[in-house]
Amino acid sequence: MELHALTLLQARKLLEQGDITALQLTEALLERIDAVEDRVKAYLHLDRDGALARAAEADSERREGRAGALCGLPLSIKDVLCTEGLPTTCGSRMLENFIPPYDATVIRRLKEEGAVLLGKVAMDEFAMGSTSENCAFKVPENPWKPGYVAGGSSGGSAASVAAGECLASLGSDTGGSIRQPASLCSVVGMKPTYGRVSRFGLVAFASSLDQVGPLARDVADCALLMNVISGYDPRDSTSVNRPVPDYTASLKDGLGGIRIGVPVEYFGAGLDPEVEKTVRAGIDMLREAGAEIVEVSLPHTQYCVAVYYLIAPAEASSNLARFDGVRYGYRNMEADSLIDMYCRSRSEGFGDEVKRRILIGTYALSAGYYDAYYKKASQVRTLIMEDYQKVFSSCDLVVSPVTPTPAWKIGYKSDDPLAHYLSDILTISANLAGVPGISVPAGFSSDGLPIGIQMQAAHFNEEVLLRAAWNLEQRAGVREKKPQL
Amino acid sequence: MNITKQEVEKVARLARLELSDAEMERVTRQLDSILGYVAKLDELDTGSVVPTTHTQQLVNAFRDDEIKPSLPREKALANAPRDNGESFVVPRIIS
Repeated sequence: MELHALTLLQARKLLEQGDITALQLTEALLERIDAVEDRVKAYLHLDRDGALARAAEADSERREGRAGALCGLPLSIKDVLCTEGLPTTCGSRMLENFIPPYDATVIRRLKEEGAVLLGKVAMDEFAMGSTSENCAFKVPENPWKPGYVAGGSSGGSAASVAAGECLASLGSDTGGSIRQPASLCSVVGMKPTYGRVSRFGLVAFASSLDQVGPLARDVADCALLMNVISGYDPRDSTSVNRPVPDYTASLKDGLGGIRIGVPVEYFGAGLDPEVEKTVRAGIDMLREAGAEIVEVSLPHTQYCVAVYYLIAPAEASSNLARFDGVRYGYRNMEADSLIDMYCRSRSEGFGDEVKRRILIGTYALSAGYYDAYYKKASQVRTLIMEDYQKVFSSCDLVVSPVTPTPAWKIGYKSDDPLAHYLSDILTISANLAGVPGISVPAGFSSDGLPIGIQMQAAHFNEEVLLRAAWNLEQRAGVREKKPQL
Repeated sequence: MNITKQEVEKVARLARLELSDAEMERVTRQLDSILGYVAKLDELDTGSVVPTTHTQQLVNAFRDDEIKPSLPREKALANAPRDNGESFVVPRIIS
């Protein structure tokens, strides 16, 4: 039995039956990391001792009848979430030595349920990117084809799950950063409704768009993690106070009575034929599961990238103003004045993509340009939300590709930021509208690269989203396939 | 040209970023390309559209006004590049 290849639910069952211990499971994961990490490059910080100690505690808790929902299950965490006593770098030199004095709310919830945190995984610096190539420390590689990108910005999370270096992970999604790497690495990745999961302790990139979510081996594990991390948090002023359903309860129900829209705009020029073929086959599977499929339109889709690349940098320029070298983070020690220290610390601490986005955002918010750029983008955002409201008045879900192409070689597109930005074209709108979205593995290209299917739902309709994803997963038949490392 | 080198210099100053000459050339070219792309938003008439800044209708997010423990000083200073045991230490700006 390969313990590193288990799902959360499979591992939990073995733990409950006493067939394995959390310590054995954690040791198996650490051995797997030792065996494959040189090819995957997912972990920025591996907390070997802490994980083993926590696993031993989990075994005690289970013996004493105090086992939580995730008791003894080893996870990796995107390095954008604050973890008390463990480095949180956001993939940036700016925070290279930062050790948070507190846990993010989602981390506290994982710990309360007994999870074992193996460590922190690689990401694009401050979650800015589509490939994780903007990480200041290492670039995770796609476990299905080393040398190819794992996706971004939660590339380390997706790669670590796909490679068997953890059982599941948490990532964050600002413009597709969970769904896109999940698709490129053949794992399940979910962006919850904005406000469903606390953002307290998530280092902010674009506050109106960021959302924490799970990356897992299958949909049932994704639902389990959603049960743990969802819910109101008084520490987060954007958290929404409404009941959290049991996401695992209705997974196996069929799709009878569910109406799924296929937006015509998502199948246009630039879509790889193999991606289109796989997604169309997936849509047929959803029909076989009982869903009614209809064609719909999201007419402002073509403006999503432009809106995103004004709003996200504008919010980033404001959020990242706190990194000035004063209270924490990198400081240039040779500056001879305060302003000089700010400038040199920020210029040396931030990488190129972060600086580029700060400049775009500062420009879009500056006097004389605010109306033409930021306000205009915020108005078009309203139109995009109205598109969704219209579609979801007659449909339960929208189904589409996640990315226009499968994964590409590391280094390809690296000199053209706009080309990178366009790779998020199919995921961004969910963040602009605040709706939930999921990426489910659906097939492989002729080169053996994973292809996912994206589904989106109305606000707080994650239950239906997960049920449709589960039904698709059963029919797609790719869940058991594992990368050869 | 949507953006000039002089405008990038001004924005960099506002953002407290220093760019080398080579960076300035490259960034100006890249920002020009990006701003050229986002100009497609001008195709839309948004005169009567209300801007969206938040996707949820949250009216009052205040917590109860209760005294709670602060972060202990030593924890607050633990990540400071320099401190004197009580405060963050930064270069002086008044000579």
